[in-house]
Amino acid sequence: MTADASLKIAGLYQNLVKITDFVTKWARTARLNDRAMYAVQMSVDEACSNIIEHAYGGEGKGDIHLRCELLDAGLRVTIVDFGRPFNPQLVEAPNLRAPLEEWGAGGLGLFLMRQLMDEVSFSFKPGRNELVMLKKRTPPA
Amino acid sequence: MLEITGQELRRCDLVKVRGRVDSDTAPELGRALHDIIKAGRFKIVLNVSGVSFMSSAGLRQLIDILKTCKRWNRGNLLLAEASPKLYEVLELAGLLSIFSVYKTEAEAVGSF
Repeated sequence: MTADASLKIAGLYQNLVKITDFVTKWARTARLNDRAMYAVQMSVDEACSNIIEHAYGGEGKGDIHLRCELLDAGLRVTIVDFGRPFNPQLVEAPNLRAPLEEWGAGGLGLFLMRQLMDEVSFSFKPGRNELVMLKKRTPPA
Repeated sequence: MLEITGQELRRCDLVKVRGRVDSDTAPELGRALHDIIKAGRFKIVLNVSGVSFMSSAGLRQLIDILKTCKRWNRGNLLLAEASPKLYEVLELAGLLSIFSVYKTEAEAVGSF
């Protein structure tokens, strides 16, 4: 068993299933429980959807590189794209107390990622955007 | 792939969705629900027991439909039979303040 694995895949929404399968396999290998596994699946789906929609501005415009690493603490997922960078601090979290009419704007995906994962960090270099997320393994209840 | 089935009941429309709702499939769910609205029916129960996964793209579709249904108090979009995982996501996203989630489909239908 190797301690890390990579996947390079075209930025298409139909590939989200393959991406989820890839991280699920590694979440399982990392012995994350069902809840933690779902958190990883959802966060990676959000991140890759955002890359396709915002960084590349549509489907089929660039690749997404994923890497899963098994750590003592749990699972680390690194996601790289080569599209437009963005400033995560400018993405407003949704106002959970807002009236219904004000719901539905963006920011929900990034908010959920931050809620679901233990660590979420972005770094932007010219031509390369990297997101690193960590989900810790929790002892069985 | 999504499997969506709909049934027009006396009090409301009952829609069952099965599968994975992500950026790829969420528009399909949105279209199915919008078709009901376009036909002038605004009381909808969505049975989500078969949803294995729902991303924020799916949640955004549901919020959009909810807003349209509730406009001028003409109806509502009720969710029924959410799995514990989906319920947790709805809770984390703050959506329990705007959505009514029923344990059973019958309770949701009966509430209209």
